[in-house]
Amino acid sequence: MSYVAIKGGGRAIQGAEELLEYLRCEQGEGGLPLDLATIKSQLRFLHGRVMAEGGLYHPDLAALAIKQFMGDSLEASFALRAYRSTKPRLAETPCLDTGSMRLVRRISSAFKDIPGGQMLGASTDFSLRLLRMELLDESPERFQEVAAAWLKNMPADQVPDTFPKVLDHLRQEGLLPQVDIPEGKAPFDITREPLIFPVPRSAALATMSRAETGSLLALAYSNMRGYGDIHPTVAEMRVGYLPMLLPHPISGEAMEVGEVLITECEVVAMYEENDSGGTPHFTLGYGACFGHNEVKALAMAVLDRSLQKGMKGGPANPSEDPEFVLLHVDGIDSMGFCTHYKMPHYVTFQSDMDRLRTTQQNLADHKGQEVTA
Amino acid sequence: MSQNNGYPFGFLDEYAKKEVRRSVLKAIALPGYQVPYSSREMPMGRGFGTGGLQLTLALIGPGEVLKVIDQGSDDSVNAVNLRSFVELTCPGIATTAKTEEASLIQSRHRIPEKALNDRQLLVLQVPYPDPLSVVEPSEDRRKAMHGEADYARLLVKLYEDIVKFKEITISHRYPTRINGHYIIDPSPIPRFDVPKLHQSAALALLGAGREKKIYAVPPYTDAVPIAFDDIPFRIEDFNDDQGRRRTCQRCGCQTSYLDEFIDSTSGEKLYQCSDIDWCNDQLTATQHLEEVDI
Repeated sequence: MSYVAIKGGGRAIQGAEELLEYLRCEQGEGGLPLDLATIKSQLRFLHGRVMAEGGLYHPDLAALAIKQFMGDSLEASFALRAYRSTKPRLAETPCLDTGSMRLVRRISSAFKDIPGGQMLGASTDFSLRLLRMELLDESPERFQEVAAAWLKNMPADQVPDTFPKVLDHLRQEGLLPQVDIPEGKAPFDITREPLIFPVPRSAALATMSRAETGSLLALAYSNMRGYGDIHPTVAEMRVGYLPMLLPHPISGEAMEVGEVLITECEVVAMYEENDSGGTPHFTLGYGACFGHNEVKALAMAVLDRSLQKGMKGGPANPSEDPEFVLLHVDGIDSMGFCTHYKMPHYVTFQSDMDRLRTTQQNLADHKGQEVTA
Repeated sequence: MSQNNGYPFGFLDEYAKKEVRRSVLKAIALPGYQVPYSSREMPMGRGFGTGGLQLTLALIGPGEVLKVIDQGSDDSVNAVNLRSFVELTCPGIATTAKTEEASLIQSRHRIPEKALNDRQLLVLQVPYPDPLSVVEPSEDRRKAMHGEADYARLLVKLYEDIVKFKEITISHRYPTRINGHYIIDPSPIPRFDVPKLHQSAALALLGAGREKKIYAVPPYTDAVPIAFDDIPFRIEDFNDDQGRRRTCQRCGCQTSYLDEFIDSTSGEKLYQCSDIDWCNDQLTATQHLEEVDI
């Protein structure tokens, strides 16, 4: 008599978890656990990405998630997102002005000279992607010297704290329309409301800001390559620390509670004819996310612009279709559903086999009849 | 509210649970209508039953007796995982593998063989809530079609199946009309289980976490799988070549939904009840009879 496993699931899960924990610690005696400060500092791009995709600005817990899930960005942001589900929403920030950001980098590809000047900051854009073999065996002493030496020569007081925004300049020039803030419309909170289409632009922006970087990039790239044609120019890309304001619990007055590292990108796209016969203007695409992630902010800005086109005149390409873009860019949703195919599907597959066998039988019977006839 | 594990009762914050309960009430009031809700992220993957889990966590309280099954089994890895998560975050609840003892049953892919009663609640996990997604990709347009009970394209799909294959090829997730209006995706239960929803004494709640929808088949409500007058709805056929109903090789049951597998030593094809609790019950009953016979 054969045996079909009907028990043992619990033990199997336990075993799998123990093995995973062993892998995390397999260095054994020679190994040291990653400390959170190291993750925040030396894995900063991964760290920012996990906070953005997890939708929670919590540097310590994001570092913990990276450590616990051994650098898997999808799993780490997933854990952060699940943690968020246990917390109520207690307050709402007012609209924050990114003009007040403490910048570490800002560039414009639209103008050679922008008010305040270009500030390249920390960027790999123009560095050669050559492996630095000397880092293969880096001594702690040398590592610590780098920071000390750099800070010693830094004229900190000569760097301005804030820079004017390039878009304000374009508005003054009359190349962009004036800011149109819809009266009495609170931004859509995607953590508290489902997306029911058509959705407002604020819902689209929030969804993309939490989206998985690679997913956004793929869809934006399709638009850049020819499945769409928004032809973006980066009016401004800025990275820095944005002061976070919250209403005071008693007075209700907005007060600064800290700052968050964000990347913001504004692209200008070609002008369109104005339906009401007014002056034509350039159009805008906006992208912003937690952490330092310029690819994501730029891809988001391109998609924001292409979605606005789709919302207005109907989508002609996938990147212009709000349902297509917004329902497929979330890393937590898509990785979860992809993973679930590994679960048992015995019952449904049994049912599939039943349909196939019946259909095969039907067609065989039918052919038999034809031959007899 | 907080216990030593650091998470609130039922994991979710109170606002989230309240929203789920409100959505459940609406779903019961509009049988078969997909109520959108915000759907929080759970600590297990989207697609692993997060919609069902949010329903369970929002509805469970101390004193409740929970049964969790996956593929009909209480001990499959996913069922174990979900159950231990509920036990971890909901102190004071009891769990059981016995269908008749449970007040709340969360299931993936099966409805228990044993008929449920009016004190029981069935929560089904749903990957695709909308039966129209096979004929219309846009949710915006599908919403209008549901409102108008415009299911013509779904019927055309069934008709095309018959033309091509002389058979309706939908194996599971069979479109089912609730209370004469909305057609639902009854979750990936086999066709075998669909009739159990019809005029069921127990309330069935269906939760899709990733797609953010909750819908219900209220007690004593019509649930009719769509078909044609001359091509009836048919459940899975478990008869052998001679037309005899196959039986479970473990308990001998002739009426249950069977899993098919290959004996690794003999290479023989074998069948066994997919609902393990049911199979155990039948086994106990026969063994008991044998004892009495002796």
